[in-house]
Amino acid sequence: MALPPELGRQDRLEPTEGEKTVNLDQRIQSAKDNWKAEQEGDDVRVYVGSATCGLAAGARGILNQLPGILADLNIEAQIVPVGCIGMCFAEPLVDIQEPGKPRVSYRNVSSEVLPSILEGQLKNGGPPKEWVFGTLGEGHYGELGRLEEMAVLAPQRRIALRNCGWIDPTLLDHYLARDGYVGLQRALGMKPEEVIQEVVDSGLRGRGGGGFPTGLKWSFCRKAKGDQKYLICNADEGDPGAFMDRSVLEGDPHAVLEGMAIAAYAIGASVAYIYIRAEYPLAVQRLLHAMDQMREIGVLGKDLLGSGFDLEIKIKQGAGAFVCGEETALIASIEGQRGMPRPRPPFPANQGLFGKPSNVNNVETLGNVASILREGSKWYSGFGTTESPGTKTFALTGKVNNPGLIEVPMGITLREVVYGVGGGVLDGRPFKAAQTGGPSGGCLPEQFLDMPIEYASLAKAGSIMGSGGLVIMDDLTCTVDIARYFLTFTQNESCGKCTPCRVGTKEMLTILERICDGKGQEGDIELLEELGDSIKKASLCGLGQTAPNPTLTTIKYFREEYEAHIRDHTCPGQTCKALLPVDSEATLVHTGLIRMTADRCDACGKCVEACAVAHSESKDPELAMNEDPLPRPRVRLQPVRGVTVPTSCRHCEAAACVLVCPTGAMAKTGQGGPVLCDDDVCIGCSACVIACPYGVPEAYLEGEKITKCDLCIDRLDKGGIPACVEACPTTCLEWVKR
Amino acid sequence: MAEVTLTIDGQSVKADEGMTILEAANAVGIHIPTLCWDPDLVPYGGCRLCIVQVEGLRGLPPSCTTQVADGMVVITENEEILTTRRLVVRLQLADHPVDCLNCRGNLDCGLQKLSRGLGIYGHGLPPTGREGTQDDSNAVFVRDMSKCVLCARCVRTCHEIVGVGAIELVGRGLGTEPAPFLAKDIRSSSCESCGECVVHCPTGALTFVNPHPVPATEANTVCPFCGTGCGITLGARNGKVVSARGNRDSPVNKGVLCVKGRFGSFEYVNHEDRLTTPMIRKAGELVEASWDEALELVATKLKAVKPSEFGAFTSAKVANEDNYLLQKFTRAVMKTNNIDHCARL
Ligand SMILES: Cc1cc2nc3c(=O)[nH]c(=O)nc-3n(C[C@H](O)[C@H](O)[C@H](O)COP(=O)(O)O)c2cc1C
Ligand code: SF4
Ligand code: SF4
Ligand code: SF4
Ligand code: SF4
Ligand code: FES
Ligand code: FES
Repeated sequence: MALPPELGRQDRLEPTEGEKTVNLDQRIQSAKDNWKAEQEGDDVRVYVGSATCGLAAGARGILNQLPGILADLNIEAQIVPVGCIGMCFAEPLVDIQEPGKPRVSYRNVSSEVLPSILEGQLKNGGPPKEWVFGTLGEGHYGELGRLEEMAVLAPQRRIALRNCGWIDPTLLDHYLARDGYVGLQRALGMKPEEVIQEVVDSGLRGRGGGGFPTGLKWSFCRKAKGDQKYLICNADEGDPGAFMDRSVLEGDPHAVLEGMAIAAYAIGASVAYIYIRAEYPLAVQRLLHAMDQMREIGVLGKDLLGSGFDLEIKIKQGAGAFVCGEETALIASIEGQRGMPRPRPPFPANQGLFGKPSNVNNVETLGNVASILREGSKWYSGFGTTESPGTKTFALTGKVNNPGLIEVPMGITLREVVYGVGGGVLDGRPFKAAQTGGPSGGCLPEQFLDMPIEYASLAKAGSIMGSGGLVIMDDLTCTVDIARYFLTFTQNESCGKCTPCRVGTKEMLTILERICDGKGQEGDIELLEELGDSIKKASLCGLGQTAPNPTLTTIKYFREEYEAHIRDHTCPGQTCKALLPVDSEATLVHTGLIRMTADRCDACGKCVEACAVAHSESKDPELAMNEDPLPRPRVRLQPVRGVTVPTSCRHCEAAACVLVCPTGAMAKTGQGGPVLCDDDVCIGCSACVIACPYGVPEAYLEGEKITKCDLCIDRLDKGGIPACVEACPTTCLEWVKR
Repeated sequence: MAEVTLTIDGQSVKADEGMTILEAANAVGIHIPTLCWDPDLVPYGGCRLCIVQVEGLRGLPPSCTTQVADGMVVITENEEILTTRRLVVRLQLADHPVDCLNCRGNLDCGLQKLSRGLGIYGHGLPPTGREGTQDDSNAVFVRDMSKCVLCARCVRTCHEIVGVGAIELVGRGLGTEPAPFLAKDIRSSSCESCGECVVHCPTGALTFVNPHPVPATEANTVCPFCGTGCGITLGARNGKVVSARGNRDSPVNKGVLCVKGRFGSFEYVNHEDRLTTPMIRKAGELVEASWDEALELVATKLKAVKPSEFGAFTSAKVANEDNYLLQKFTRAVMKTNNIDHCARL
């Protein structure tokens, strides 16, 4: 596709400067030609979803074995590793595309079935139906259903995620072929104020949680006086269970970088920062690689595309504190100080990084900007509603059949998301509530299923849009317990600066804990409301100002559940252990616990060693040492207040790790049973690592899998006891039957 | 500086641009309670006691960090503000040991003043039971973090005034506390024991091991320890010097003292070994003498030496003016350049 004339800018340039632009145009054209040739050529192409989630689900093995399998079958094909398409529940996803036909997508593919799939589609006259998920792209492939028409994709509109899963994120040409950097080219031909107006007209609002109109924010920074201005891309993404920003950065890094270049030009910033959590190594690698490619075509460095505008981008890795996502704390962190918010005003637009005018935007916000500049504000505001134009990505998790990453137009109803895209509530159970906005958001009951998802209506219901966490709960979820879980998170993450948040959330948590423990008192609900109300008003930053939301909304919509805990000593969601009828333990799988008595620990390390051996291939202490990978212990000796004690999983009843796990890999095996992680289902997203209050789950194999204590389930099956307990010489660890 | 006019509690108030609401209110005698605010430090906005309402601003902004603007309308007290302030203090009390009578901070405590001022008797919340680090490793002050209200005045003092940065806030959530940076106790940190943090701590969390008694009279003088010449205020009781504190009006130190000035500046005054008259050695014995006798002796001896036989050595503990005079004396009177100083490196 040639550039529409009004978008080209050759005519507006001096000839010498024009040269570079022509080069970019030529480069885009040749990228498109190559893309077209690839699409229409005679090559068979095999796409493998290779973002962190896909790799973790097994895509790495598939990528390794694919060349061999193809050679064995004597098939010539091109292998294309692509980003996350969002359907985490179906990973590993492998698509096969024959020349001139749409991609045929296969779900949950393993290396074992891959040869039969390839042979079936390419040799034996047709895709083997038992593994087919659907087709992707224009046109039909026989009778096969088109994913775009199925409930899971049909309601979705992809702008921020438009390239994720379609292009190889490491290839600049793929990005260019899909009109990459056309938006920047157009922006550089406009006055900065015109660029800002375009974004104002699009109605884009911040996707990082606050929802502040993006164009307006840019104009503040543009107008602020200062010799140096900064643009900051907020890629901290600390909400437990959220991974939208990571997927965009891994699957389409150039989209964010192009958005940054446009924003920097608009506000007049010659230096930009990307503040990204250190837990996202692949995203960092992709960004660095993409930045090198940008220099090649002159869209980074000095004199971008001959416009006279200079831009440098720096990457700053954060240590993963939730509060560092708050813009003023983030700025402090980049400056090398403790990540603590400071009161606004002064706003960063006037006094931000190093005291200079700065503009902070979320990854997804910036991910939309290039498309707005390329297609125009009218096009963008055609999606969504008048109040909230555009689309929004969500990390859909919880008790839903199709968890994963979705992008839907604003104004879609919760029902369409849960029952359409999400494929309904798991096991066909009744829907109870949806939590939007993570620990800052609210819990919305059934009556809101038909409410449109947009900023105003969510706020009216007592919740927030947030950055895109969306947890679905069924009738077997206890809302008091949910409130307790989120407050545990916010209390742990409070920076400690202001009293209402530091002490207030602890007070609320203590009260919620005693309610869950069956020790709630009359007046507790009112006290929670009083505390919550004041904490919201008096806290310094958004963390404290929103921390009471999950509690206040669950009280508002599920007050009778709180009352049942306090007055009747029952838990309607059948979750709070202390309130369950005793005989429900009759169905327990393994009813035992490891008891640890801290002052008996000699720190001898025998438990650690025994655990590693018990989880080795050989189960032999000598041989285990030479195994590759080395067997990993699930128990650690940790210094706690001056003494060293063994710590391993508590196998919590309402485990935080289970709640946030997007795939259901982490699961509680029955009431009182152990919390186990199913390796085959785990996609390594590390949500549990972040969520567990005790730091139990650990990522290994470069973050592809999780290890944690499994209570030695195989030994228990054989009537044994956990290896650590058996090895402990001092009875610090004991096995207690329940 | 430009002047702005704003309304505080219905009263029209003039203030300089760049002032905070708190400063503007204080200037006209309107009292706003504070805990983390300290006139010597950059505003912090952490304790949330100084919250007010400002027309057009969301929520309850802290007056200690919010700057005045022309036409601003501020309310410093109403039912909503008071309830919220009370809740903040109640939270502090729920997070505080009930031990006032045994506390060195008793009757000089910011938390006590606040709860009395806001009329709080009993907080009605579950106690947090936070234990807080106890650190008595330092010879001159004790750190009892269970009493810390997290105002960060100590941390800010050590960074902003002292420039040492021995302490920093560490941890998250309720476990956050000021702690020696990268060290296990304050003694093994880079702390210089100046005690400035103790002076700025509003509660009994930081207290001196030997608190000075309350003096009956006070007098301004200059610290005798080094040439800096810090202004110091000594207090006396029963004819003896019993206390020392920095003199805020001194342009040299603006009230700040170092470890020597704060803890060592007066104890020798009443010490039995202290020389109170000149001494002259007579027949191998040091004997007390009058000033006239001593000066006469020195003058006689100096007159007897040639310039090349004379040398003077002076000290950094002496004031600049005295050092200047001695070198003038050496060069102009003794006619030699044989003058040196202990700090000539
Ligand atoms: C506790 C807290 C955590 C936050 N975490 C993030 C985050 O991880 N990513 C993000 O983009 N914004 C986060 N925000 C919002 C930012 O402060 C800021 O509003 C946002 O980055 C602005 O970008 P936007 O206007 O594009 O949304 C957080 C805010 C708070 C109060
Ligand atoms: S609200 Fe919480 S996270 Fe925010 S400044 Fe206060 S203590 Fe820190
Ligand atoms: S610091 Fe103040 S409130 Fe706390 S115990 Fe001491 S005197 Fe009482
Ligand atoms: S005594 Fe002085 S140096 Fe030591 S921590 Fe306090 S302010 Fe810092
Ligand atoms: S020790 Fe004192 S000065 Fe330091 S934060 Fe605690 S209460 Fe404030
Ligand atoms: S499941 Fe045991 S601590 Fe998370
Ligand atoms: S005095 Fe203003 S917030 Fe503490």
